[in-house]
Amino acid sequence: MNTKKNINTLIIKKPLKLDCGKTINNFPIAFETYGSLNENKDNAILVFHALTGDQFVTGLNPVTKKDGWWSFAVGPDKAIDTNKYFVICSNVIGGCMGSYGPSRKDPETQKTFGTDFPVITINDMVNAQYNLLEHFGIDKLFAITGGSMGGMQVLQFITNFPDKAKTVIPIATTSSHSAQNIAFNELGRQAITADSDWKDGNYEANNTNPGKGLAVARMAAHITYLSKKGLQEKFGRKLQEREDLKFGFDADFQIESYLRYQGSVFVDRFDANSYLYITRAMDYFDLVKQFNGNLSDAFKNTKAKFFVISFTSDWLYPTQENKDIVIALNSIGADVGFVEIVSDKGHDSFLLDVPDFLNALKNFLDKSYIELKNEK
Amino acid sequence: MKNEFKVISDLIEDNKKVLDVGCADGTLMQFLKEHKNINVRGLEISKEKVQECIAKGLTVIEGNAEKDLKQFPDKSFDYVVLSQTLQAFLSPEIVLDELLRVGKKAIVTIPNFGNWQVRLHLLFKGTMPITKSLPEQWHSTPNLHMCTIKDFVNFIKFKEIKMIKTLALNSNNTSNITNSNLGTKNLFADLGIFLIEK
Repeated sequence: MNTKKNINTLIIKKPLKLDCGKTINNFPIAFETYGSLNENKDNAILVFHALTGDQFVTGLNPVTKKDGWWSFAVGPDKAIDTNKYFVICSNVIGGCMGSYGPSRKDPETQKTFGTDFPVITINDMVNAQYNLLEHFGIDKLFAITGGSMGGMQVLQFITNFPDKAKTVIPIATTSSHSAQNIAFNELGRQAITADSDWKDGNYEANNTNPGKGLAVARMAAHITYLSKKGLQEKFGRKLQEREDLKFGFDADFQIESYLRYQGSVFVDRFDANSYLYITRAMDYFDLVKQFNGNLSDAFKNTKAKFFVISFTSDWLYPTQENKDIVIALNSIGADVGFVEIVSDKGHDSFLLDVPDFLNALKNFLDKSYIELKNEK
Repeated sequence: MKNEFKVISDLIEDNKKVLDVGCADGTLMQFLKEHKNINVRGLEISKEKVQECIAKGLTVIEGNAEKDLKQFPDKSFDYVVLSQTLQAFLSPEIVLDELLRVGKKAIVTIPNFGNWQVRLHLLFKGTMPITKSLPEQWHSTPNLHMCTIKDFVNFIKFKEIKMIKTLALNSNNTSNITNSNLGTKNLFADLGIFLIEK
């Protein structure tokens, strides 16, 4: 699938006990960095990627040959300014861009893991990534941030390591994956496993690829990342390279063609089993339950400064679910700011050129960094 | 910074924890943070104003005081400030109760509808008063429950809320309001500033 060159990998020797009970060691974490770590090591920002993201946050992704997934937000002079900050991002475990995941070989059997890979959780992902701090000798991160599943990792990270980040920016996320979101993930998983080429997850050994199933999963998910208004404005009922309806099942409409394209390019860069594992991790995420129904308890040991951001047209991780995080923080007197950004671009807003969002992110980070410097 | 904010700021001791409800562009918050080392938070309904606060490095939550004050625990702030917005709520009484629940003390300022200019405007022009502190037409004003200083004093007494300090503000000077001068202040003040607790 992906060419292994251009991928920086850290082998984690320390054993990691997963939530499923299994302990792993000597596992790889693929990571990328942008900008440079300063002498005091106080300018590091750990970015967590979403379901289908990877460590290539910005600039050209050497594997897909496309712009990194957060190119609008991260880079020189951008909201997360790599002239100032040292940005670290790693591929989550369970992923398929070089980290410990189902498409890798099991060192014990020398066979591709497939569905023998352990079910991992957001908690496991975060605990694995914590090793990056030790690798870089960073005592405390200046910021942790991420949207969607990245936001879940942000929340879990500060829960597990309350004094390891100065500022915490969860974006378009939730503290507890909703029934609706589990339902959409299940739809995607069913599409993959219903593909006869999936072969119970052993498609590599069988020289097949459940591309059709994975593409359908991506198409369905893609719809959930957009808004009705955004879709209507972009596509409406416009026809795809034709004057009239063709009375068949080809892609008559531009929206059909667009979704098919999104499905097909996704298959080229993503592993079907990774999709199963990562969506499962999202579904299992319930920080509220982890703290017996009181989300505030997750944050009671941290002095970090929080900034929560949601988007008006995001119906996948709606404002209210983001506000629940704010409410939990306020009820323990934590330092928390919150803004809901107006955007028609749905859940995907956090990945796109939404100036109000990018300005808020930049202003929050830059002002917080000045404050940090003044404290010293 | 407007005089009202200077007066409010003088009522707050250094190093306290303050919630500014309806903090607008954060002018008062910024002053409190920079000059009095106040740990200050804001609640603001306007997205544009929230952005302005973020640009100033202030901690602000986008929200509506009538719905979003309930998330703050009892007495979690030393002072809760509400500047000239009590009259704009659907239920000023509920908001007032919330201010005094969340804050050990509250500072509430109200534009005085009892001011002589307001009275003359209505008396002679026969139209809804428009003044410096009440600049909007009746149909576009956010103010739903206008009151006079005297109304507010009566209300505070009725609610058995303790008035620690009561000030009248004209364009340039500030004076104490007492039982004996209430009628005069209610005629001449632009603004009433109340430091209260329950």
